[in-house]
Amino acid sequence: MAVGKSVTRKDAAAKVTGRARYTDDLPMPGMRWACYVRSPIAHGRVVRIDTTAARRLAGVEAVFTFEDVPDRPFATAGHPYALNPDHADVADRRLLTGHVRYQGDEVAVVVARDRLTAEAAAARVAVDYEELPVVVTAEAALAEGAPALHPGGNRVNTLRFEAGGKVDEVLERADAVVESRYRTPIVQHCHLENHIAYAYMDDMAHIVVVTSTQIPHIVRRIVAEALELPLSRVKVIKPYIGGGFGNKQDVILEPMVAFLTLQLGGVPVKIDLSREECFTSTRTRHATVMRGRAAAGRDGSLAALDVEIFSNTGAYASHGHAIMGASCTKSCNLYPRTAVRFAATTHYANVPAAGAMRAYGSPQVIFGIECLVEEAARAVGMDPVAFRIRNVARRGDVNPLDGHELLTCGLVECLEEGRRRIDWDARRRACRNQDGDVRRGLGVACFSYGTGTYPSCVEIAGARLILNQDGTVHLQVGATEIGQGADTAFSQMVSETLGLDCDDVHVVSSQDTDVSPFDTGAYASRQTYMVAPAVRQAAEALKGKILAHAALMTGQAAANLDLRGGRIVFAGTPEEALLSLSDLALDAYYHKQRGAQLTAEASCKTMTNPASFGCTFVDLEVDIPLCRVTIREIFNVHDSGVIINPLMAEGQVHGGLAMAIGWALYEEMLIDEQNGRIYNGNLLDYKMPTFMDIPDLGCAFVQTREPTGGYGNKSLGEPPIITPAPAIRNAVWDATGVKVDEIPMTPKVLYRYFSGAGLL
Amino acid sequence: MFAIDYYQQAESVAQAVALLAAEPGARLVAGGTDVLIRLREGRGDYARLVDINGLEELRGIGLADDGTLRIGALSTFRQVMASDDVRRLVPVVAEAVGTAGGPQLRNVATVGGNICNGAVSADSVGALLVHDAQLEIQGPEGRRRTPLQGFHTGPGRVALARDEVLVALHIRPRDYRGFGAAYYKYAMREAMDIATIGCTAAVRLEGEAIGELRLVFTVAAPTPVRCAHAEAAAAGRPLTAETLDAVAAAVAADVQPRTSWRARQDFRLHIIRTLAARVTRRAAERAGGKF
Ligand SMILES: Cc1cc2nc3c(=O)[nH]c(=O)nc-3n(C[C@H](O)[C@H](O)[C@H](O)COP(=O)(O)OP(=O)(O)OC[C@H]3O[C@@H](n4cnc5c(N)ncnc54)[C@H](O)[C@@H]3O)c2cc1C
Repeated sequence: MAVGKSVTRKDAAAKVTGRARYTDDLPMPGMRWACYVRSPIAHGRVVRIDTTAARRLAGVEAVFTFEDVPDRPFATAGHPYALNPDHADVADRRLLTGHVRYQGDEVAVVVARDRLTAEAAAARVAVDYEELPVVVTAEAALAEGAPALHPGGNRVNTLRFEAGGKVDEVLERADAVVESRYRTPIVQHCHLENHIAYAYMDDMAHIVVVTSTQIPHIVRRIVAEALELPLSRVKVIKPYIGGGFGNKQDVILEPMVAFLTLQLGGVPVKIDLSREECFTSTRTRHATVMRGRAAAGRDGSLAALDVEIFSNTGAYASHGHAIMGASCTKSCNLYPRTAVRFAATTHYANVPAAGAMRAYGSPQVIFGIECLVEEAARAVGMDPVAFRIRNVARRGDVNPLDGHELLTCGLVECLEEGRRRIDWDARRRACRNQDGDVRRGLGVACFSYGTGTYPSCVEIAGARLILNQDGTVHLQVGATEIGQGADTAFSQMVSETLGLDCDDVHVVSSQDTDVSPFDTGAYASRQTYMVAPAVRQAAEALKGKILAHAALMTGQAAANLDLRGGRIVFAGTPEEALLSLSDLALDAYYHKQRGAQLTAEASCKTMTNPASFGCTFVDLEVDIPLCRVTIREIFNVHDSGVIINPLMAEGQVHGGLAMAIGWALYEEMLIDEQNGRIYNGNLLDYKMPTFMDIPDLGCAFVQTREPTGGYGNKSLGEPPIITPAPAIRNAVWDATGVKVDEIPMTPKVLYRYFSGAGLL
Repeated sequence: MFAIDYYQQAESVAQAVALLAAEPGARLVAGGTDVLIRLREGRGDYARLVDINGLEELRGIGLADDGTLRIGALSTFRQVMASDDVRRLVPVVAEAVGTAGGPQLRNVATVGGNICNGAVSADSVGALLVHDAQLEIQGPEGRRRTPLQGFHTGPGRVALARDEVLVALHIRPRDYRGFGAAYYKYAMREAMDIATIGCTAAVRLEGEAIGELRLVFTVAAPTPVRCAHAEAAAAGRPLTAETLDAVAAAVAADVQPRTSWRARQDFRLHIIRTLAARVTRRAAERAGGKF
């Protein structure tokens, strides 16, 4: 039984030995390089563009400006196609633009025989701009008379809903009402492998795009849409991927490389973004400002949450129109017995486009909520853990918004486990009445999250199993391994259902949209859950075919046979092998009269989307004069249903925690509010924490068995990033008595708060 | 890929000097960790290079007969950290270069490059200044010696002619004997970062009091600064919190922090004051003092 075991990752050895081939490791004779000409200003219109000097440079093969590309806007968000046109993504991009909307926007592209020539030529394209007023913040972008970035104005959308009661009435009657404003920064995913893609044609009609993407099948559709080609003329290949975190759930370079190869007679053309370009010109996490109120009763009840939030999607919508809806609704499972009201506005501004990033808006929304809940607990004099345990979701609760019952929920157990593990009561007592330069504090925060995107989007996954001639199986899925370990989890599922050792299940890790089963890709925390039914069905079907063939070979009834550890056995006496799978396979392939190649394929839609839960506990120290936070202990406790692979699950939690610590204490893209200039779009000035900055990270799981999932599992990929930031903020409050309502809590920010509070 | 227009490997210091003199716009490359960054940024003025990595004369760390410590300009941070002489006589130099970048960087970045690059944030500079390091420089006219103090003339600028080569640094016994010293790199993260403020202090005790304090701040003014006022506030004073307060109060007259997008002036000054006291205390404790 492989599910629940820490089997070694399928790709571990290939990656650590450097054998795994990423997009840039797949050279092609005749490869050309393309380089964008980027706007140095944040908002303006091109009034003159002169490419003569660039074209004259030896080695330059072509220059295209915004005047040379199709004047057809397309949407880049990596969502499944929506049959309902009202649900379509925002089509606000062209391949190049003459109306630049952020510093780094793309006005032209140069193709040359090598990278240095392309860069040198791009620098020689002379562009004159008419500058337009710049808006960077929500306030500026939504102000009366603000310059419109797009024809419909700067408001992308506003979502409002109320559930679980009348919030105004509850606020009026409540024993205590607290109110605050919170701010979260623009951050970048900082995946190891930058965005890179190349395209070529190997016949007269078809374009092949090789790209570092999370969503090969969606890329195929969007490239076809952008270039107005039939979808079948585009094929997308996904090799090994060096991380994405949502930034590759978007179509960024692919339409351009496809356009270029099409224009240049099918020669291969590559774009390999620098780290600096990745910062400014891919996607970011939305910055938010929130105004929130919470009502609490002296009995310890959290009576209401009232949230107004503004989400800055930057120059282009990307996923912006969907993120607030997703994150506000997912948070409704956290305190289902509380009346909640949300008003969420997403707006454009002259900053880099924000898109999908791990947990899709939930970290921002939950940051505000968990700061407010902390405040509410204190307002009624309750311990923050006890207050949460009193109010959080329990199994059987009904989501006040969509009416779904929570079939599994281990959040109370998560909080209890965390409280025990960190020795909450004793350590909190030790933190009372401190007055030194260095003070200690404890913090907690909890979350609810979804697993996939249903019912907003279709959830479809496909799997194909092939019995090889040597008795092993190959698994093909449309879901993408991007570093998270999905392939390994799928192999465990096959092993579990088929009765084969994990080592005998090879997962074809590279996707080719001409060949791979259809699946929408790696996003949300969907794959392990959504792929499970397809894998299970395919494995069951293949097992049926194998046993049927075994029956032919042995003359026994198939119903009496089983497959265990790669051998055909009598179900009653599984210790005894009747036949090895390799002998059976050879027979199936080569017997002249019976058998066939044994394969099975399944494509499944899933119409459930269970909530997962968890919390963070942290113990930290604040050096007040140096304005510095040092984490002494931090861990997450998760209810993600059945844990398929404990070691990989722990890896997800560590990664999420580390990213969240960056968000809480270090990272922020700094952009000038007057002129939109990006100050720190590189890894030196953008302070992503290093190995030296990240403390030991802990995690624990409260395992429930989700009945709707193929193997009892729920989401885990994104959730670990959601609660560390509010937990850290709450601990800083505990340590210093100062409530910091913005992140990242860098020394500069803490200096401002500590000075304001008279601590310095 | 780098757009290098000219590249020569020097076979002697004299030849390096001659190549620099003959090739307008050429500059030396040692570890390349500043030069190649500039080149990658598209700075054409870093595209003509004379490579000095083959020059044994610029390597080695050792003691002269009179006890003067010589650090060859091509010594990497890693070599400095591993040197027994450095660790025994001027451990703060090893401490300081140990804060630079990460392990890969320290394996290639050189002390000579760190000084000659002229960055006001250079991590080796404070430690070398509190020990009053002397520079041995070779140019067309031969060799000269000059103190490191005063070598920095502005942000990214040093008093080195285009055709001169830094050969070695020397630290005299009178500048290390009896001192305890400490470096604190105040940065936004614990590795791969440039100092927001760098503070180095060296203290020589006289009985129960501070005999001499040498205090240097980096990134607190256009060049690294010795803090005369703060040093005077400590000289002859007892090892008490009041003395540290006096140092913290006096240091404002020595520095000129400025507001930039990286940090505001009031914040920088607050950190400078805090570090002046804390690092002086640590240096005094390392000299054997007790507060
Ligand atoms: C990732 C990274 C992290 C870094 N982190 C830090 C850090 O934390 N702290 C820090 O202080 N620096 C840091 N640096 C900057 C750099 O590594 C140091 O300044 C280093 O000491 C430069 O030495 P080098 O040998 O690489 O110099 P090079 O790049 O080879 O040269 C630098 C300059 O000095 C000149 N030069 C070099 N040697 C001589 C000589 N013998 N005589 C005359 N001129 C000479 C060169 O012409 C050039 O102008 C970092 C750099 C990188 C890339």
